[in-house]
Amino acid sequence: MKSLNALASAVAAAAFVASSAPLSADVLFWSTQARPVEEAQAMREQVLSGFEGGVDYQPNEDGPWLTRLNAELEAGSGSIDVLGALHGNFSAMNPDALTDLGGLGVSSSSETFNGLAKLGTDTLQYVPWMQASYIMAASKEALQYLPEGADINALSYDQLIAWAKAVHEETGDAKFGFPAGPKGLKHRFFQGYLYPSYTNGVVRTFASDEAVVAWEKFRELWQHTNPASTNFSFMQEQLLNGDAWIVFDHTSRLAQAFNERPDDFVAFPAPAGPTGRGFMPVLAGLAIPSTAPDPEAAKALVAYMLKPETQIATLRATNFFPVVDAELPDDLPPSVKASGAAVAKMSAAPDANPGLLPAGLGDKGGDFNRVFVDSFERIILGGQDIRRVLDDQKGRLAAIMEETGAPCWAPDAPSDGACPVE
Amino acid sequence: MNARLLPYVLILPVTLFLCLFFLYPFVLVAAQAFGGSDGLSLDNFRDVVSYWKFPISLKNTMLLAALVVPVQLALALLMATMVNRMKKGRDLVLYIWTIPLGISDLAAGIIWLAIFEQSGFLNSMMTGLGLAEGPVNFLSYQNPGLVFLAIALAEIWRATAIMLVILVAGIGLIPKEYYEAAEVFGASPWQRFLRVTLPMLRPSLQTALILRVVLAFEVFAVVAALGGTLLPVLMGEIYAYQFDLQNGGAAAAMALIVLGISIVFTLIILRVLRVPKGATI
Repeated sequence: MKSLNALASAVAAAAFVASSAPLSADVLFWSTQARPVEEAQAMREQVLSGFEGGVDYQPNEDGPWLTRLNAELEAGSGSIDVLGALHGNFSAMNPDALTDLGGLGVSSSSETFNGLAKLGTDTLQYVPWMQASYIMAASKEALQYLPEGADINALSYDQLIAWAKAVHEETGDAKFGFPAGPKGLKHRFFQGYLYPSYTNGVVRTFASDEAVVAWEKFRELWQHTNPASTNFSFMQEQLLNGDAWIVFDHTSRLAQAFNERPDDFVAFPAPAGPTGRGFMPVLAGLAIPSTAPDPEAAKALVAYMLKPETQIATLRATNFFPVVDAELPDDLPPSVKASGAAVAKMSAAPDANPGLLPAGLGDKGGDFNRVFVDSFERIILGGQDIRRVLDDQKGRLAAIMEETGAPCWAPDAPSDGACPVE
Repeated sequence: MNARLLPYVLILPVTLFLCLFFLYPFVLVAAQAFGGSDGLSLDNFRDVVSYWKFPISLKNTMLLAALVVPVQLALALLMATMVNRMKKGRDLVLYIWTIPLGISDLAAGIIWLAIFEQSGFLNSMMTGLGLAEGPVNFLSYQNPGLVFLAIALAEIWRATAIMLVILVAGIGLIPKEYYEAAEVFGASPWQRFLRVTLPMLRPSLQTALILRVVLAFEVFAVVAALGGTLLPVLMGEIYAYQFDLQNGGAAAAMALIVLGISIVFTLIILRVLRVPKGATI
């Protein structure tokens, strides 16, 4: 009996050593991206398996992601080597908490992205990692109701409303879908699509007369929007179950629909308003916290992630597009083909009016989003007067801009100092 | 061991535990809430109270507590008296009734979401029985009342058992003699319940109500699952401050407000249901 026990504990000890030894050498990749199980698995098996040192890929919700990171930074020592997150996550951090990456020799091929990644300093604080955008998608059943003369690749907001109205009247159900749920990315629609398309600005024009028109148009569209939209966060689900036929969302939140039933759906560019076709690129980046236990391995991993082959593998795994020049192969998943074509059409449209991600807001990014979400809840859900709500929210927006001193970003006209709310 | 010291030694571990995991974090949270750019300030409180959603979330939380707690109290009393009368299968019934207690509140929210959703069980049942033509969307911004009711229902289902177990224990402690005496004097079952059970149950009622009311002010996961952002409650706002806005100061201030409300209600319940000195069972 005694020897059996000894044997058992020896086996247990051996198993423990065997399981813990490689773990301790792995580079801990702490990410807010590629969170769904399939995506995380694809990241591990198809993207990171090629890295020599071994990587422990751990995706997390924004809250826990930040909590652990902050705890390590405050403690002055940590186990996270590489951070993967959206531009907004990094811009909310103190640049001192991140290792300068200017000397690493890798960067994105887009100067706009590299500029954003400096976070207001003069060197890269994170390296642009991958990009995406928001597009429109529709079920093919909806196409028969397209208004006459409308080109799906060059829709206007009026045509979109007419289309959604026609579907509503013909089928009896409001089939436009909008990601207004708690985890939905509705604020990006207002910041990068509605406002640039109607007011040619976001901050300066927040409470302008054009903005009132924009909200009136959105209210019209809302008449034909599935009222359950306030619970929708990933529009691929509603496309697949038929609750919504025409939707707006992030490309990676539509991917499943295209991959499961590629022949049933079409992707197309966002509509245009009086001041152009507003759209917003999304940018994710890689950074190294100042507390990284193995900065050299971390830098090697960042460099590895920026290789063209890795970028293509990342595209397959996450539906986020490369930020470096990489030749796209022909055998990409249907979602990548569909959304890639829609993004290309959108950015190449003659009336394209890109609205950049908010920059320079520091940790007020959430408050900035809240101004738009609150306006939506009050105007659209609460039915309050548009002018009154905008004048009220304007004060909050102005306070955020003054506190952070963030200069205007496109499409707002540049400013000296803080971007004014006019 | 010195008999005079023994009680203190015995409560020492709990005291240490509470100091470490309650008092110390509480001091930190308070410091965060009252901390401003320059020393002590009430800025955080001013910020959160002046936010347009604050009155709405306060009202929702209060209304929810006001609806849920009395219903649960009545249900728990009824269930406790029933269990107490049972000769056979008492334990089995108790086990079954307390199952919801073992389920996390988020899971409970998701269970009820599966019922009320547009493509949920209730809708399929109604269409199946021919009561509705197509799926009805219950949980939409157009019917805030229904959202509220669904949340209240889920809360009642989930947390009645916590009052039940306390009351069952309390009823078990009431000596049989009182009931026998009451019967001798011709008291009806209803009179026995009102004049014997309820007064003798005071200490248990106190505990059960305090626990339940405090928990009601902390309602969060069920609301998040069923209502999303449609029905703002205090706890949801705290979460939004902490994680969406990364504004720890404001979240701490809100947390202190919830704590304040909880303390006020605890004191009220303690006062109203106090057991006069010397009137023990």
